[in-house]
Amino acid sequence: MTAMSDSIAQRVPPSPTPDPSTRPFWEAAKQGRLLIGRNTATGAFHYPPRPVDPFDDEGEVELVPASGRGTIYTFSIMRAKTPYAIAYVELEEGPRIMTNIVDCDFATLKVGQPVRLVFVKSEDGQPIPMFTPAG
Amino acid sequence: MSIRGKACIAGAYEHPTRKAGDKSTAQLHAEVALGALRDAGLTRADVDGYFCAGDAPGMGPLSMADYLGLDRLRHVDSTDIGGSSYLAHVAHAAGAIALGRCDVALITLAGRPRSEGQATGTAPRAGNPAQPDVQFEYPYGAAIANMYAMCARRHMHEYGTTSEQLAWIKVAASHHAQHNEHAMLRNVVTVEEVLASPLVADPLHRLDCCVISDGGGALVVVRPEIARSLGRPVVSVRGAGEAVKHQMGGRLDLTYTGARSSGPRAFEEAGVTPADIKYASIYDSFTITMLMQLEDLGFCEKGRGGAFVADGNLISGIGRLPFNTDGGGLCNNHPANRGGITKVIEAVRQLRGEAHPAVQVPNCDLALAHGTGGSLGTRHGSATLVLERE
Repeated sequence: MTAMSDSIAQRVPPSPTPDPSTRPFWEAAKQGRLLIGRNTATGAFHYPPRPVDPFDDEGEVELVPASGRGTIYTFSIMRAKTPYAIAYVELEEGPRIMTNIVDCDFATLKVGQPVRLVFVKSEDGQPIPMFTPAG
Repeated sequence: MSIRGKACIAGAYEHPTRKAGDKSTAQLHAEVALGALRDAGLTRADVDGYFCAGDAPGMGPLSMADYLGLDRLRHVDSTDIGGSSYLAHVAHAAGAIALGRCDVALITLAGRPRSEGQATGTAPRAGNPAQPDVQFEYPYGAAIANMYAMCARRHMHEYGTTSEQLAWIKVAASHHAQHNEHAMLRNVVTVEEVLASPLVADPLHRLDCCVISDGGGALVVVRPEIARSLGRPVVSVRGAGEAVKHQMGGRLDLTYTGARSSGPRAFEEAGVTPADIKYASIYDSFTITMLMQLEDLGFCEKGRGGAFVADGNLISGIGRLPFNTDGGGLCNNHPANRGGITKVIEAVRQLRGEAHPAVQVPNCDLALAHGTGGSLGTRHGSATLVLERE
């Protein structure tokens, strides 16, 4: 882990407060899956997942696991006491989702870089979906 | 039906304070209210419409109406689209006046984030868990500065925009702020100084960020006959546009702002084009905010904002588009972390010919004021006004 010069201390994220509609999402995260919304009629994906589709009036929303592969759409290194990389990652399925890039050398991050899904435990132990450089 | 020519801004007042440790937020609202009414030559007894947003303590307009002693109200509006609220309020007031719902509308904003020690731009905010986005953003450390920084990074990637070009926006603001005795930052800065300031959230430096200030501002919007009777230069509302932009369920595009929609709506109603505008107040929470809105409002081709702002093109008396001649949020004032009302106030000064002589635009008869509220990196309101001197 010598390459982590800029990110030796790993930020422990605060925990989310699930609501009745998002409990399946956070439960799946505990099993290592990132769920996204898919419209049963149109097949269109959305994120964050919600019970009522944001695009179309027809169809139902089903929660499906994302492949976990994506690319960095944009990012910023927050120069906090414990610096962290916040990003939007474009999933293979299409949605661009807010996340963190972890276990990486901040200086080498690039827009367009391939990343893969990992989970980082938050303050109360709830795993949070994040990404790390692929390969 | 159009609001074009249906209402005028008769009063505008910016609180001179930038640190108000000895005042309450409600008191600041009251002080700016009286300041704007005095500026208009009107009194509280004339006010029959009141507009405020989320910075006003209490339930919508109720606590403020009570505190201010407004007892003739027949129209209220507490639309809250962040810092762009007050530009929307001007448009809503014009609409209400056109419909006969009120004759004299008071709009107030005030807050004291500086005295309250808020790490406004850099601290992630937990927010209300019922807000559906919070659980998908708070764990990642989403803060105001890094959301705008991600817009800057993507703009750089798509269009080749540079940190040097962004720095020119701060340089121009500082050239203007040196003439404003109330501005928080009055020193003229160089591109090199902006780039040498510490990174807050890559690629944004500290000097790419606006100030954190206490204070406030108020506006008085009236029926045109009333405005013409007050013996002051008449500033008429010629066009207005509003828009909301968000993450679109993951079909996010951080390269443009809501100004792409609100701007053309305002220009269409006003019957003018960006080339007609003599002066522009454009929200500048960060340098990138200004650059993206400038493009979306149509002052230059999309993606060419960097080249447009470089080499002093925004400096009054030097460049093609004088902007934020009070020093803007970048140098002058950003009361309550909401920049909208000060944008309208400086546009009114310019149209009346009452800006500082060193930055006054000659024969300024048509101006634009534009605000963004919320975050360009997630969801935001956008409001544009075209104002003219009769």
